[in-house]
Amino acid sequence: MHILVCIKQVPDSAQIRVHPVTNTIMRQGVPAIVNPYDLVALEEALRLKDRTSARVTVLTMGPPQAESALRKALSFGADEAILLTDRAFAGADTLATSYALAAAIRKIRDDMPVDLVFTGKQTIDGDTAQVGPGIATRLGMQLLTYVSRIDRVDLERGEITVQRRAEGGVQVLRTRLPAVITVLEGINEMRFATMPDMFRAARYGLTVWDREAAGIGDVTKIGLKGSPTVVSRVFAPTPRAQKAEIIQTQSEQPDDLVATLLAKMFTKHPPLRAAICPRAVQRT
Amino acid sequence: MNENFDVIVVGAGPSGNAAAYTLARSGMRVLQIERGEYPGSKNVQGAILYADALERIIPDFREDAPLERHLIEQRVWMLDDTSYVGSAYRSADFSKPPFNRYTIIRAQFDKWFSQKVREAGVLVICETTVTGLLLDGQRVVGVQTDRAGGSIYADAVILADGVNSQLARKAGFRPEIEPREVALAVKEIHFLPEETIQSRFNVTGDEGVVIEMAGKITQGMVGTGFLYTNKESIAIGVGCLLSDFRKQKTSPYALLDRMKAHPAIAPLLAGGEMKEYTAHLIPEGGYHSIPPIYGDGWLMVGDAGMFVNGVHREGSNLAMTTGRLAAETLIALRSERKPFSARNLARYRASLDESFVMRDLRKYKNLPRIVEKNPQFFTAYPELMNKAAHTLISVDGVDKKAKERAIRQRFVAARSRLGLLGDFFKLWRAFE
Amino acid sequence: MTQAPPSSKPAGRRKAELDPRFTSYKGVFVFIEHNAGAIHPVSFELLGEGRKLADKLGVELAGVVLAESDGAAEAFCAEAFFHGADLCYSATHPALAHYRNQPYTQTLTDIVNRHQPEILLLGATTMGRDLAGSVATTLQTGLTADCTGLAIDPDNRSLAATRPTFGGTLLCTILTLNYRPQMATVRPRVMGLPERDTSRHGRIIAEHPDLIEQDIVTKLLEFIPDERRDEANLAFADIIVAGGRGLKRPDNFRLVWDLADALGAEVGATRPVVQAGWVTADRQIGQSGKTVRPKLYIAAGISGAVQHRVGMEGADVIVAINPDPDAPIFDFATYGIVANAMQILPAMTAAFRQHTAAMKKAV
Ligand SMILES: Cc1cc2nc3c(=O)[nH]c(=O)nc-3n(C[C@H](O)[C@H](O)[C@H](O)COP(=O)(O)OP(=O)(O)OC[C@H]3O[C@@H](n4cnc5c(N)ncnc54)[C@H](O)[C@@H]3O)c2cc1C
Ligand SMILES: Cc1cc2nc3c(=O)[nH]c(=O)nc-3n(C[C@H](O)[C@H](O)[C@H](O)COP(=O)(O)OP(=O)(O)OC[C@H]3O[C@@H](n4cnc5c(N)ncnc54)[C@H](O)[C@@H]3O)c2cc1C
Ligand SMILES: Nc1ncnc2c1ncn2[C@@H]1O[C@H](COP(=O)(O)O)[C@@H](O)[C@H]1O
Repeated sequence: MHILVCIKQVPDSAQIRVHPVTNTIMRQGVPAIVNPYDLVALEEALRLKDRTSARVTVLTMGPPQAESALRKALSFGADEAILLTDRAFAGADTLATSYALAAAIRKIRDDMPVDLVFTGKQTIDGDTAQVGPGIATRLGMQLLTYVSRIDRVDLERGEITVQRRAEGGVQVLRTRLPAVITVLEGINEMRFATMPDMFRAARYGLTVWDREAAGIGDVTKIGLKGSPTVVSRVFAPTPRAQKAEIIQTQSEQPDDLVATLLAKMFTKHPPLRAAICPRAVQRT
Repeated sequence: MNENFDVIVVGAGPSGNAAAYTLARSGMRVLQIERGEYPGSKNVQGAILYADALERIIPDFREDAPLERHLIEQRVWMLDDTSYVGSAYRSADFSKPPFNRYTIIRAQFDKWFSQKVREAGVLVICETTVTGLLLDGQRVVGVQTDRAGGSIYADAVILADGVNSQLARKAGFRPEIEPREVALAVKEIHFLPEETIQSRFNVTGDEGVVIEMAGKITQGMVGTGFLYTNKESIAIGVGCLLSDFRKQKTSPYALLDRMKAHPAIAPLLAGGEMKEYTAHLIPEGGYHSIPPIYGDGWLMVGDAGMFVNGVHREGSNLAMTTGRLAAETLIALRSERKPFSARNLARYRASLDESFVMRDLRKYKNLPRIVEKNPQFFTAYPELMNKAAHTLISVDGVDKKAKERAIRQRFVAARSRLGLLGDFFKLWRAFE
Repeated sequence: MTQAPPSSKPAGRRKAELDPRFTSYKGVFVFIEHNAGAIHPVSFELLGEGRKLADKLGVELAGVVLAESDGAAEAFCAEAFFHGADLCYSATHPALAHYRNQPYTQTLTDIVNRHQPEILLLGATTMGRDLAGSVATTLQTGLTADCTGLAIDPDNRSLAATRPTFGGTLLCTILTLNYRPQMATVRPRVMGLPERDTSRHGRIIAEHPDLIEQDIVTKLLEFIPDERRDEANLAFADIIVAGGRGLKRPDNFRLVWDLADALGAEVGATRPVVQAGWVTADRQIGQSGKTVRPKLYIAAGISGAVQHRVGMEGADVIVAINPDPDAPIFDFATYGIVANAMQILPAMTAAFRQHTAAMKKAV
């Protein structure tokens, strides 16, 4: 079995700041990390590898620095890594991204058929969760999103059974390979790489593909040109009009503080009175 | 798999990078192991880079190193609670390239340096902690890491693991650090628009300013504060001897908070967005605290060897220089086909003694003890000087001569004539 | 890349005349999502928002219903009319009984191609995001995901969709230039619910999806509903009591449960608390958890990091308990108590119990 995992290098959104004056993003010093959701996908792929001795290839589209994301994936145990990088890819939205990734996957498929493509649930910079569905649609593969568990892979029959998080419950779905799976967060814990794997990852000769190497002829489908959506404005969220009203009392005793709060709250927000309906049953 | 290298460098700070780079450039097979997620990840602070030490390793570093501002002005402030007396030196000559001192942001600088190290051929492994040294009798033959399959062998190990150097302590190469030998420093970065920094500090383009501070801000503890201008941020921090923090039961953050609120400092930071960073130790013990720095199969460089000049706030340049000299020692021995025995590695110590590193540290060797024993330098004097300035400058009908007399009396009352003389002599001896 | 704002200047200037093949695209479509016989509230929110867009454009608002049978579809269409739709496209087929990507994508794509809307909106649910991604790729059009604001650009009648990015640190407004339909998925609980008006009617246009069960590769073996009822409730709870790392120890979290019981509230948590295993992951509120919009949100021991904030700042009233007067949560809470939650929470529980007891007596 051959599993392909799409990973993306993203700025650590927890450390992004907005310039107080110009309202632009300050990327200075913001570390690049592997999109955390993609590590969940990678770990799930590696667990399948442990079970079935599959081959795991990681693929990323991004600037040359994204190499470090691939090396990280290799250190965890991925077998091969491909970096898709070309100035022509810059400015891609999800449609153009899935076009380029799908093209690369077709190329990879020529070498060795791909049974499963894993992506993360979403990225933390784009937050769109669209690239996975886009790849599936372009490659005509079955799509399983928000997968929380892989129940069974039956290579003989070319079938896979998974649990998919849906509204109000979990769907147990069976489908035919090849399929694209987007993996739900929090379902596993990334392993700790061994020293030999660290060495292998550091020394590994990455495959680097530019547009032509990936077999993409039509430049109108990639990058900014291939993106139907454009960002017209970026701005910081308007902070709430005012800061919290701090409840203060003479005594600063908890009971007094709470009494003052309740009095204020119920006067200013009368609907809250009715919203309260204590639970009859006590929890144990 | 049995991995074998000529040299393993532990740590990817300035000292480890200088050593690894120098070694690899001369064809040695080098493995460098860093605990952080990437080099610099544990070193988020801004700092001052002294060009000379780096220039000797990478002569054309100015072409692509991430440098923030070159310094054209140095201010020294003695602070009282609401005032300061200060001096400043600014020269247009500092604006003529090649520049001599720069502000840098360590996270970016270390990353850049590490890229050079990799390009030179060093195998760099991050997110891996060296947990111990592998010994064959007395001889260090490799390192143990926290990863499965993690024993790696080498002909020599360079300990560039920073001020704590748990490895050296575990191996018994170095005693526990005394709290009076290290300063605990905290530092924050405040982001401000480039134009604001330029106008607030009266500079243009990439020119920058440093302010060194002493006085009431350390609340009587031995220590200093500082403020550096980066391109789009200001680094501000304060450090005091760990032993003093323990005695005073003050937290470094509380100290920094009070310092930031000082009426002379607050306006410099106003409107900035603050990012807070953890505290870090600085070896301040000086010459007398330097442990043995070599042995059979091992060398110690940078902060691990306590190579910091606390008086001039120099650290990274000593780190790079010790790293380079350690590497050059190994390179020379290898070319002479001599083993990396303690006896042969004594050359490292000899070359250090010849360099500015030991000369400077020797020069100030008694200072740490003097200031530790004489807290008046950090308490009484700043206050007296501020009062003096206030008295002199206030136009209030008192004649100047009377004012000078009042000032003199205050000094004597505070320290006695003999004390004043003694203090002056102690300082003069320390700097001589 | 993927819709992360470009570091260079935004490409907003790239204006173009609409391609002639798209000029016939008219109207606003809302995909009506339903589970277990009930319409997902986000669809009502979208009808409310779609109504405003349609009125501004002077076009009709249509609901799109995919269901297993005409009977089921009719009830959904009626609800769509009550909530503002002028007409509904109703596609029924046994293969549409439950959501699967392939038949839904095919059916919705066909409807779009046949009836050519200029705007197509879906809820940003697990279903909506799965479906929208496939439909947009099939149609080769732009899709703006997980929006929190929709407007019409007065210059060119195009949809200006605003969404958070970088985990809510920034917002960006995205346009789909020169492609139709303009698609967006919209985050639940962000738009208000429209008034339900049972006097409203509309036209139903029957669609006849060309589906054959044998050709559908993916099979549903089972649906396991969330037995823990409270899981589904969180997103629609009127009152939420949430705890953060400031509660220090797992057993202190009991104080949060106690207060929740006294209020009839749901319990939420921050990510560190979930990661530490004090509560289950379905209670996490924030960027990588749930978005909630209660009338009252009580935050105990929560610093108010942006990733948490984006999930709860839509609450009508936020009460924060935190001993650190500089905690960011006080920047956007309604009321703040600067104190130890371990003391305040029990006091609140007692006070609210007293309050409800008094209310009962009064009745
Ligand atoms: C607040 C502050 C301000 C300063 N300002 C200046 C200044 O302006 N100018 C200046 O020249 N100097 C300054 N210094 C001093 C300077 O930072 C240090 O002297 C210099 O960083 C020392 O370099 P180093 O390589 O020896 O150690 P470090 O930079 O501490 O590097 C050690 C590295 O080893 C790694 N490591 C540690 N243990 C292990 C292990 N077991 N396994 C693997 N890796 C390990 C660490 O993660 C770290 O990356 C300042 C220091 C502080 C704290
Ligand atoms: C990609 C990404 C996604 C994320 N997604 C989410 C998400 O979905 N949801 C989420 O919540 N976080 C998320 N986070 C994490 C987020 O950045 C914060 O780390 C987190 O919200 C902080 O949780 P906290 O407020 O419980 O803890 P802390 O930030 O540690 O705050 C604890 C607070 O408790 C206060 N406190 C201390 N003692 C007491 C006491 N006795 N009584 C009362 N208060 C006390 C402290 O003053 C402090 O303000 C995400 C982060 C990333 C990088
Ligand atoms: N540039 C990229 N390279 C590789 N994989 C990507 C890229 N962008 C997105 N992905 C994958 O698609 C998933 C969803 O991304 P998004 O649609 O941006 O939220 C991610 O979790 C990745 O697995």
